[in-house]
Amino acid sequence: MSARQITLACVFAFALAWGFLPDFTVSVLANIGLFSLVAAGLVMLTGVGGMTSFGQAAFVGVGAYATAWVCTSPGVAAALGLNPALLPWIGLALGMVLTFAIAWALGAVTLKLSGHYLPLCTIAWGLSIFYLFGNLEFLGGHSGITGLPALSVAGVSLASPRALGIVVWVVLLVALWALHNLLDSREGRAIRALKTSRVMAESMGVDTAHYRIKVFVLAALLAAVSGWLYAHLQRFVNPTPFNLNIGIEYLFMAVVGGAGHLWGAVLGATLITLLKEQLQDLLPKLLGSSGNFEVIVFGLLMLFVLQRFAEGLWPSAARIARRWLRPSRSSVALHAGAALSQRKLPAKGKVLLEAREVTKRFGGLVANSQVTMDVQAGEVHALIGPNGAGKSTFFNMISGVDAPTTGEVRLMDKPMLGRPSRAFAALGLGRTFQHVRLLAERSVLENVALGAHRRGHRGWLASMLRLDRAEESALLAEARRQIERCGLAEHVDSPAGSLSLGQQRVVEIARALAGQPAVLLLDEPAAGLRHLEKRALAVLLDQLRSEGLGILVVEHDMEFVMNIADRVTVLEFGAVIARGTPAEVQCNPLVLDAYLGGSEEPLGVAA
Amino acid sequence: MDLQIALLLGQDGIVNGAVYGLMALALVLVFSVTRVIFIPQGEFVAFGALSMAMLQAGRVPPTLWLLLVIAGAALLVEAWRWKRGVAVDWRATLVWAVAFPLLAAVFIVVNPLWWPGSLVAQAITTLLVITPLGPLLYRLAYRPLADASVLVLLIVSVALHGILVGLGLLFFGAEGSRTPAFSEARFDVSGVQVTGQSLVVVGVALVLVILMFLFFERSIVGKALRATALNRVGARLMGIPTDLSGDISFALAALIGGVSGLLIAPLTTVYYDTGFLIGLKGFVAAIVGGLASYPLALVGALIVGQLESFSSFWASAFKEVIVFTLIIPVLWWRSLRSHHVEDEA
Repeated sequence: MSARQITLACVFAFALAWGFLPDFTVSVLANIGLFSLVAAGLVMLTGVGGMTSFGQAAFVGVGAYATAWVCTSPGVAAALGLNPALLPWIGLALGMVLTFAIAWALGAVTLKLSGHYLPLCTIAWGLSIFYLFGNLEFLGGHSGITGLPALSVAGVSLASPRALGIVVWVVLLVALWALHNLLDSREGRAIRALKTSRVMAESMGVDTAHYRIKVFVLAALLAAVSGWLYAHLQRFVNPTPFNLNIGIEYLFMAVVGGAGHLWGAVLGATLITLLKEQLQDLLPKLLGSSGNFEVIVFGLLMLFVLQRFAEGLWPSAARIARRWLRPSRSSVALHAGAALSQRKLPAKGKVLLEAREVTKRFGGLVANSQVTMDVQAGEVHALIGPNGAGKSTFFNMISGVDAPTTGEVRLMDKPMLGRPSRAFAALGLGRTFQHVRLLAERSVLENVALGAHRRGHRGWLASMLRLDRAEESALLAEARRQIERCGLAEHVDSPAGSLSLGQQRVVEIARALAGQPAVLLLDEPAAGLRHLEKRALAVLLDQLRSEGLGILVVEHDMEFVMNIADRVTVLEFGAVIARGTPAEVQCNPLVLDAYLGGSEEPLGVAA
Repeated sequence: MDLQIALLLGQDGIVNGAVYGLMALALVLVFSVTRVIFIPQGEFVAFGALSMAMLQAGRVPPTLWLLLVIAGAALLVEAWRWKRGVAVDWRATLVWAVAFPLLAAVFIVVNPLWWPGSLVAQAITTLLVITPLGPLLYRLAYRPLADASVLVLLIVSVALHGILVGLGLLFFGAEGSRTPAFSEARFDVSGVQVTGQSLVVVGVALVLVILMFLFFERSIVGKALRATALNRVGARLMGIPTDLSGDISFALAALIGGVSGLLIAPLTTVYYDTGFLIGLKGFVAAIVGGLASYPLALVGALIVGQLESFSSFWASAFKEVIVFTLIIPVLWWRSLRSHHVEDEA
């Protein structure tokens, strides 16, 4: 059996058993479903997106209080003049709008900064909203709001936990399905890069700050839906279930279950809920006083899981299960006909990328001094120089990873000062990194497909609803084509981290090519390659040049450089000391001095 | 509001701000050296204050048992590491896990005999109990994950916070305590009452800040800590043991927490969970300085203190909301100045 069949069988068995379970079990299961929904959002945020939030309980609270207020406030019912059965839906809408606005605002102020500001901010937010709920008169203060109506759908009342529990679990399963689809798409590849590889993702054209905000908003919305269902399940709200401790408990669920896996959320929510139930009976008897002591056990459990099972419990369980399971086949059938955006390459000889008197200072250190050079369509331009000459710094400035102190960078005749690297990608610049930046656990195919990010356009909703399949198959086909072109066809489905370092560099080239660049920047592409692989790389670069790409290569392998390059620029101590054809540069005395150390005095402009 | 009240509120704000400033100092120190966002910092405050109250009531503070248990656990962990062939710094281990707990236990026994009722002896005892908790907790909770991301370390912090607050409730119960002031003096400065205790708070805070400054600027250990903060790997290559820097920064954080607890216990009733809010306000202050700058963090602490004090006058129910909302404009201001994306360590 495959994992998908098992999942469907479990869901089916669960549905059949639902009617026969005792009332108490049903209400525990309904709660687990509600918690899982919040934890699933945290999985997206923490395990996949590399952010976290301790304030999810507050978003649950917004969802719950919004509907409680709409359904019970006499003013609202009078003002809207609607059938009272519709009020909960107005409440849902209000909760979603409020949550969206708050989460977007919190995300916008914190997510451009380092990753720890968001969680700190959510602690403050989680505390504040708790005090706010408790002190606002129209929300009932600390005693809360009672007398919420039951939900009813098409005249069927969902007053009992058994009836509403079905809705909870249907919502949860649909949400898990949508999140699973989202992760298995073009947008999902970008989301997965947020955790460890934001610099790389930006260079592939992903606006990572924007994506981070969207993931945070998504997680918050899931929490708000959970809150809406909670309010109509309990028929009563007060501030207690939305305080910071509960927010932290939600995070425990996600981390203990397995923060990188959607089903880990359900596992974690189940474990923590059942454990809490037991501990709340056991601990006060054991310790001889009453209080919130389960948090001690949860904390210790959390430390143990983080130190021993950093990925949470779900991956360990899945590893054991995998022995008996067939791997699921990819859901992408080969659709035909979806066209990706194509770029028209500029005419040969046109200047594509131009740096004018670029200087970069780090405090007193001048890493680049007045460097001027360009890359034209249909040429291979090599940038060489001894270690520490400032090549990588220069590379970062002409690709938007870093900004020059003074000077100008132009791409496709547009000034690029202060533009982020995704703007460079948008204008047709593709690059590789000196220190390979791949998502080591994802397949080569997925890594390369991320390079084609900008060529697809289907958004999050389309991905969740599987409306992106034609485009997705075109993107994957394009990625496969580039991988084959770079000679890695037999590694398409291997995890990128399992390849040799030299091959990983080639994967980076394939990823850059998948974006159909006009300018290609390669940072030491031949390092770690064997002789035959180098020859294959030279053939590939030659082919790309004849197609009209402008290629800038930083490389230490002189034989490789001198054979492939049309022009060579030599940097030393951050300044250009020579430029010309390979033959000219090879007999330039300054270059010979720089490489062989003939002179005592530093050459060029000293730092 | 008249001038009299404004001056009184201002004075309150300065006193509270001084304590938040100490928190911020400890938080910036721990974060810059170990990358740990130390949420449980406030728990040291509550533990310090409540242990002091217990000593004054003539009882053995349960924090001593906590210290003995985690010292034993730390010794076990070190012995296990040593058996597996890891180089263990036994000298530092013995200092934190044996010498300090022994000294604390001895003090608790001899205190009532030799210096009955002495506030100073009780304060020293309290600090002897609280300070080693820092490095020992670091070794047990954080060191096995020293190479993990800031995010994972933060989650560890939150878990540790949960454990310590739960233990605080178990140790001290839900009732709060207040301790007698170190100084009962009162001054009348042009019609405004200034209490001796608030002068003690501000004075001790200033002395600690100056001592920290001297430690980091003048002493070789302080410089080594700064080097570790700037570049962990580089510092290790230069022969600075980075485990040691973890020990010292957590010990300083615990010491500062304990001192803060002693300072505020006479001013306000401290409950087992009071520390958390104090620590968080320290965070708000530290965030003003980007979790990196000590002077800006102190400025932030004074702003937080004033904001809290004046909002408790105008809108006391929303005091906490107003203080915590302050970080939104601060973060917004910081985000305007950040342009380039960096990968998280």
